[in-house]
Amino acid sequence: MPIDWFPLWLSLRVAFVSTAIALAAGLWLAYLLANRTFRGKEVLDAAVTLPLVLPPTVLGYYLLVLIGRASPFGKLWESVFGSPLVFTWKAAVVAALLHSLPLTVKSARAALESVDRSYERAARTLGASEWRLFWRVTFPIARRPIYAAAALAFARSLGDFGVTLMVAGNIPGRTQTVAVAIYDAVESGNNSLALTLVIVVSVVALIILTIANRLEPAVVRR
Amino acid sequence: MIQARLRKSFPAREDSSGFSLDLEFTAAAGVTVLFGPSGSGKTLVLDSIAGFVRPDEGRILVDDDLLYDGATGVHLPPQARHCGYVFQKYALFPHMTLRENLAFAVEHLARLERHRRVNESLEKFRLTESAGLRPHEVSGGQRQRCSIARALIGSPKILLLDEPSQGLDAPLRSELYDVLRQVRADFKTPILLVTHDLDECFELGEEMLVLYEGRLVQSGPPRKILDQPANLEVARLLGAFNLLPGEIRSLDPGRNTSKLRVGEFDLDGPYFPGKLLGDRVTLCVRPEQLSTTARNGRPGPNQLPTELKRALETPHGMRLEFDNGVLVDLARADYDRLRDTKEWVIQFPSTTLRIL
Repeated sequence: MPIDWFPLWLSLRVAFVSTAIALAAGLWLAYLLANRTFRGKEVLDAAVTLPLVLPPTVLGYYLLVLIGRASPFGKLWESVFGSPLVFTWKAAVVAALLHSLPLTVKSARAALESVDRSYERAARTLGASEWRLFWRVTFPIARRPIYAAAALAFARSLGDFGVTLMVAGNIPGRTQTVAVAIYDAVESGNNSLALTLVIVVSVVALIILTIANRLEPAVVRR
Repeated sequence: MIQARLRKSFPAREDSSGFSLDLEFTAAAGVTVLFGPSGSGKTLVLDSIAGFVRPDEGRILVDDDLLYDGATGVHLPPQARHCGYVFQKYALFPHMTLRENLAFAVEHLARLERHRRVNESLEKFRLTESAGLRPHEVSGGQRQRCSIARALIGSPKILLLDEPSQGLDAPLRSELYDVLRQVRADFKTPILLVTHDLDECFELGEEMLVLYEGRLVQSGPPRKILDQPANLEVARLLGAFNLLPGEIRSLDPGRNTSKLRVGEFDLDGPYFPGKLLGDRVTLCVRPEQLSTTARNGRPGPNQLPTELKRALETPHGMRLEFDNGVLVDLARADYDRLRDTKEWVIQFPSTTLRIL
């Protein structure tokens, strides 16, 4: 029986998009957390981290309330794009983001804060704008642990199950990601399909984590 | 030319006592050294000028540019101040080559002009060979030169150096002094250098500002400050004096003489204007102004008999420490001649005797 590879491709696509968003948003949030002082800063940090500890059902429930068809955001989305957000692969991206964003924010904040302030001061005395100093000095010095965190976020996104199931559902050929497909295969007694997907997912995750580990040493040389 | 008047206070906290900075100074072309012990506010002065720290009050003027003015709320960001800053650990960008580090500072210039400036600077600071290497791949001396070159390449109005010789070994230190003397000769930029090393003040400084607990306690050429510390505090900070308590026993303005009681002995000195008979004063004399010989009968004029406590070898000769706490510097050969002496006398100068 030919194996349906769709769930794997879908998962990779979801992971890729969610990691890209997590990296961009995470970097921005991390920059704010590392450089600005404002009220509720640590609350924001904690709120971003919360999804790492809450059960998937709680998160799924929140998401359904926040982006479901009846919610203001869901209505806005539907009026702009003409179709609902929930129970599409895009909802799976949102689900994956819940877990990838904390990883990138946490690591990026730590990485940005570990950059010696005198580099930034030097760049300022040399006339560099805050934007240029971030992209030319701070980020390049801190980039390795940030990339490592992105790799970790990618691997985590690849394997999301609970939240994805609740907000994206289990529609074969449309929203069935690899983790959901494996569950489906086991439930329906299709052990050979389950085994194949399990092995493939494990190998992909192993490769990504190896890459993350090689990136990890925060090489902040003087 | 820089004119600065700064006031900044930090309230006392649980983990630190309060600190306040309050001083006013001007520095012209050449090297001005900010000298003071750690915690005296030296670096805070530099950081206020560079714009990293906002003073509470005051005014900072470099040439005709107002960088900070408390009264009108002017506080330019560091980017707009055109101050070259050499950091303690150089702060060369680790992911860029030396050439890229220099180019970063002149990126606003057109490509050809930028290229010319970078090459010129590489050449001037003898970095052409290593221009393509990263900071961790070059020697300490090259890193040092590169950080100075980078601070100067944008033609700043003033060059600030934060303890540049901290943690350097002797050869690197003297190389640094050579480079800075070269910079002083080649660039018109005034240089403001922070240090707690007295030798450095003499190596480089035309003017010296002595800071203590956030206040300016004396300023002037280093030689003059060493010859005539303004008060006991400065003398202690310079750390190079014998400070002996004494009492004025006689004063004669006509003959320009005086007598000072130190311990059980009288010393002759010059007339001290503004002092009265019986005033308690501190005699302030550098170890190299004193000489010492074996005691031979009654001590002569301005000789203090004492016993040797110990003799220490220094790079320049011998430093003798006597029982009364007085330190005397002596050439090695002179000490070898006197080493078996049991009873010593210390010879004080009379006309150059200083009191505080």
